[in-house]
Amino acid sequence: MNPAPPLSPAGASVRAVQDPFHGDLLEVSMGPHHPSTHGVFRMIATLDGERIVRLKPVFGYLHRNHEKLGENTSYLASMPYTDRLDYLNSMTNNWAYALAVEKLAGQAVPERAEYVRIILAELTRLLNHTCLAGFLLQDTGCSGTPLMYAFREREAILDLFEALSGSRMMCNFQRFGGCRLDPSPDWLAAAARLVERYGAFLDEYEELITVNEILLARTQGVGVLPAALAVNAGVTGPMLRASGVNHDLRRVDGYGLYPRFPFRIPLGAHGDTYDRYMVRMLEMRESLGILRAALRDLPGGPVFDPKAKLRGFRPKPGEAYGRIEGPKGEIGFYLVSDGGPNPYRYRVRPPSLINLTVLEDLCLGHTVADAVIILGSIDIVLGEVDR
Amino acid sequence: MAAAPADPNGVTAMETIEQLHARIAARFPGVGATVVLNPGPAAQHSLLIPAAGARAIAEFLRDDPELQLDTCSNVTGIDWPDREVTETVRRTVTEPPPADTPAGTVPGTRVVEEKVRRAMPGHLEVVYHLYSVAQGHGPVILRLRTEDRGERVTLPSLTPVWRACEFQEREVYDLFGVVFSGHPDLRRLLMWDEFRDHPMRKDYVEPDDYEWEPTPHDRVLTRAQRHYPAPPAGSGDSATR
Amino acid sequence: MNPAAPIPDPTPSPAAPVPGISDAERAELRRQGILLTSIEELYNWGRSNSVWPLQFGLACCAIEMIAASMARFDIARFGSEVFRPSPRQADLLIVSGTVTKKMAPQVVRLWNQMPEPKYCIAMGACAISGGPFKQGYNVLKGIDRFLPVDLYIPGCPPRPEALLHGLMELQAKIRAQPLTGPAAPPHLRPGADGGECVIPDFGPHDLQPPHDPARWQPPRLIRTE
Repeated sequence: MNPAPPLSPAGASVRAVQDPFHGDLLEVSMGPHHPSTHGVFRMIATLDGERIVRLKPVFGYLHRNHEKLGENTSYLASMPYTDRLDYLNSMTNNWAYALAVEKLAGQAVPERAEYVRIILAELTRLLNHTCLAGFLLQDTGCSGTPLMYAFREREAILDLFEALSGSRMMCNFQRFGGCRLDPSPDWLAAAARLVERYGAFLDEYEELITVNEILLARTQGVGVLPAALAVNAGVTGPMLRASGVNHDLRRVDGYGLYPRFPFRIPLGAHGDTYDRYMVRMLEMRESLGILRAALRDLPGGPVFDPKAKLRGFRPKPGEAYGRIEGPKGEIGFYLVSDGGPNPYRYRVRPPSLINLTVLEDLCLGHTVADAVIILGSIDIVLGEVDR
Repeated sequence: MAAAPADPNGVTAMETIEQLHARIAARFPGVGATVVLNPGPAAQHSLLIPAAGARAIAEFLRDDPELQLDTCSNVTGIDWPDREVTETVRRTVTEPPPADTPAGTVPGTRVVEEKVRRAMPGHLEVVYHLYSVAQGHGPVILRLRTEDRGERVTLPSLTPVWRACEFQEREVYDLFGVVFSGHPDLRRLLMWDEFRDHPMRKDYVEPDDYEWEPTPHDRVLTRAQRHYPAPPAGSGDSATR
Repeated sequence: MNPAAPIPDPTPSPAAPVPGISDAERAELRRQGILLTSIEELYNWGRSNSVWPLQFGLACCAIEMIAASMARFDIARFGSEVFRPSPRQADLLIVSGTVTKKMAPQVVRLWNQMPEPKYCIAMGACAISGGPFKQGYNVLKGIDRFLPVDLYIPGCPPRPEALLHGLMELQAKIRAQPLTGPAAPPHLRPGADGGECVIPDFGPHDLQPPHDPARWQPPRLIRTE
């Protein structure tokens, strides 16, 4: 492995201050209330003219003490809280937490439940990437219209989630040892219909957007993330793959029953904002393939291990780190048990926060308007960044 | 990257923790890393490394061609407060003969179980989960411990080795109060700068802004009774109404 | 003004009715195409159908707020699709999500920057009381500790329909607001300044003050047998 990249290339600002021909530097505080920061995110950008020479993110405006609450409550009671971490992707958050607890307790999961989990996780990936594409276009100044298309499809997926779990966003669906409910044949048929028509939506959307000249001009070559820096900075998910690193936990860890499903891993060539957008669009098409196969091959049987214990659940002392490939990257849960009903330590590994580590590196030399797009392409949700 | 066989730990072919420990011991003699076994079914064992050699060991783990642990996935703190452990100690005592026994009888012995209380000093622990993106294996778990929970809470920062640690170490500093020497920008991450406490510590007392709840129970009931004391005389204890 | 907005609601306004004609008669006239109205009714009809919310999302509820403004739920039917990024142009603060203690000063500051007449909706359990995160050390247990809340929308998160219902309730509240007298909006009462809300400071352990004592007091309870 090559040596660590320089930590914070803030030399530019120092030079600018000392250079008598450059005027004053301007410090711009964006957020926590700003329409383009996707919530209550704040960044303090130092500008030399229009160019960013330093950028420091400020976190914590949505720090809801998730980990402390998790340590004060039982294992099962933390499940609804995980919905509210990354509130676009409650199903994958649930799965990551269930996976970590299953590792901690050595709990098996029935085959049908694994299939249902994969179906829900891939639907969630569609949901997240669709919304991201809408928000990203919103950030480029294309106000409203792409987001309308994206949310139209989001509503279709949310209808499925609601029919299955009873809630649009906060599904609270996975349990340690399976799923809470068994999807009915009607539901599966509805999901299959959605999957069949989703490709047409992607075609429509890409026709509108992907070769749009403004989008190309605004995103290509903007915010280039080198592969070595991405790996060293712990960047995961589509952002890492856009930099050309072939790393997908569905393949690497092979958790669940993902090894049964053939799918391709889209990789970017340049690591710029456009690649990050494009990788997600391509990933959605691969997700559709996984969904078709999973819906076709869904086996019978229970969706919940009858021997699994939910109430009075006390895993033996020990610890476990479980992670899955969430739509935003590696979402992991680290649990330490002391044998009690509550986790002794409950930790969420938030992909959004760690992907933000490189925000300054991506934004240096660009304008504030570009920083907005770069932030949009990182795909953050503040509930997960701050927890 | 070939599809790796799914292993319950998510670990693909990699040397065991004991082999790794032996290699580290050979490479860094006198540093004294120890293996911390995980008794649970996850069996994710970890390496406890001393603060003095942490940076060198981390660089070795990153640069070693077999391991290539090029990314640090997760950094977190754990608070282990001072605690008293009660241990059962068995010892043999000589039984004093009863008063009415005739002189000359051999005093009997018996085994007595005694409960001994021992104070265990607390410490703060920082846990690093390392993975290899290049080789697709992991995790190797590193643990670092501070000397106590009061003043001596400094640990070396691993941010120069893995930049992924940058924000996570700031978070550990914020919520647990571990000071990372060598961190480029050690400020609070989540709480405001004027904040003085470290809220993820087990003995953190949150500000007392109790608000009435219709069904207080457990901890909430205790607080409710503190806020709304019972009428002074002649009244039995009851929940708030 | 929204052309699709309904004609003024014939519910009686709390101000004195037009002498000599009852509300029922007015409603009947309206059915016949004769609009008999008062300045107050017309004014309130206008502003109740063009409530511009502040584009301000805090947490999960913000996503449902965005969903309410999208095609399926279409908040534009109620004249509120113009989400303003600047508080100076907004009439309505929808506190959509958990207000953390770190965020509370900024929320109050935004409210103070909004011009009168202004309204505040606490959307979701967190904004109402802290919700599921109530026990958190960094969570404000309800925005009504600092702001005057006009409407509470329960839910975690409330569905977009619930937000629309809340908006309709707010419109009814605006329509019922008299333009004179002590209950009039502050900008119509000479000398009555709405007043700025207290912006808390960051203290070493908590916000200072933890709540605005003029606006909110902990409930007073008496323990009995």
